[in-house]
Amino acid sequence: MKTLVYLIIGTFFGVIMYKSEAASWFRIYEMFEFGSFHMYGIILSAIAVGATGIWLIKRFNIKTLGGNDMHLKPKNKSFSRYAFGGILFGLGWALAGACPGPMYVLTGAGYFSIIIVVASAVLGTFVYGLLRHKLPH
Amino acid sequence: MNWIYDPWPWYVSGPLIALTMFALLFVGKQFGMSSNLRTICTISGGHKAADFFKFNWKKERWNLVVMAGAILGGFLASQYLSDNTVEINPEVAQKLETYGINSANEAYLPTEIFSMEALSDPKVLAILIVGGFLVGFGARYAGGCTSGHAISGISNLQVPSMIAAAGFFVGGLIMIHFIYPLIF
Repeated sequence: MKTLVYLIIGTFFGVIMYKSEAASWFRIYEMFEFGSFHMYGIILSAIAVGATGIWLIKRFNIKTLGGNDMHLKPKNKSFSRYAFGGILFGLGWALAGACPGPMYVLTGAGYFSIIIVVASAVLGTFVYGLLRHKLPH
Repeated sequence: MNWIYDPWPWYVSGPLIALTMFALLFVGKQFGMSSNLRTICTISGGHKAADFFKFNWKKERWNLVVMAGAILGGFLASQYLSDNTVEINPEVAQKLETYGINSANEAYLPTEIFSMEALSDPKVLAILIVGGFLVGFGARYAGGCTSGHAISGISNLQVPSMIAAAGFFVGGLIMIHFIYPLIF
């Protein structure tokens, strides 16, 4: 039953990514060229609604459907890992024109080449796991 | 019936992405797509190579199901809800033509990079491999991607996520404005 709920949430998300064109290489390129407000509007309105909702959740101490606290743990404080990791991620995001969510969505849309991107992303994650102790965090 | 195929405007899409995040919060989970890449590493035997992959992946199975849903959503949307073209700013499309990419307004992804025929070009193959690698490496290094940091983390007003999202943007700008002119 719970599995079905996760599948529905994921499907909903996949349709949004595709229909909003956030999964399109062209939209990512256009965003970094400052050619349209579209992608900025998506990200900023998601944050505006998200921040308002999370403020309400905290303000009224709203629980999960199971009655537990929500997963809103603060991230560890640091600068270098977020800055270096973030920049590397951004370079890849603009080069492949896709971040992880859209990669899965495009796999479903039948773009064979995206499977190469996903496999490389798994490899990148693996290499990070190997080198983690040698990197500034 | 053409409206079914029209793209959704940003003011519909953005709030729906926030709704995805809330749906996951309400069932006791959190929104983060790149964590699945780590789980896949563990399932593939990565736990033998590094401690980073030693965790109980069965606890993350729910997120793999979300990922499967995203794949299904991509299939449904591309098959039934889209004409699979993306219109962009004409000036940006013109600039892409100078890079040899002429499929703007005609395709969802540039055929010059994502078609089967393009794979025989070593440069295209390198773009796909290096791009994917950096996304996977950078997402785990930064502890999250666009969904975990830019949407969830900033919505929760977390400074680390703001640093990471600024990094995403700096990296993207460097790639498009300094590296693209060198590779295209």
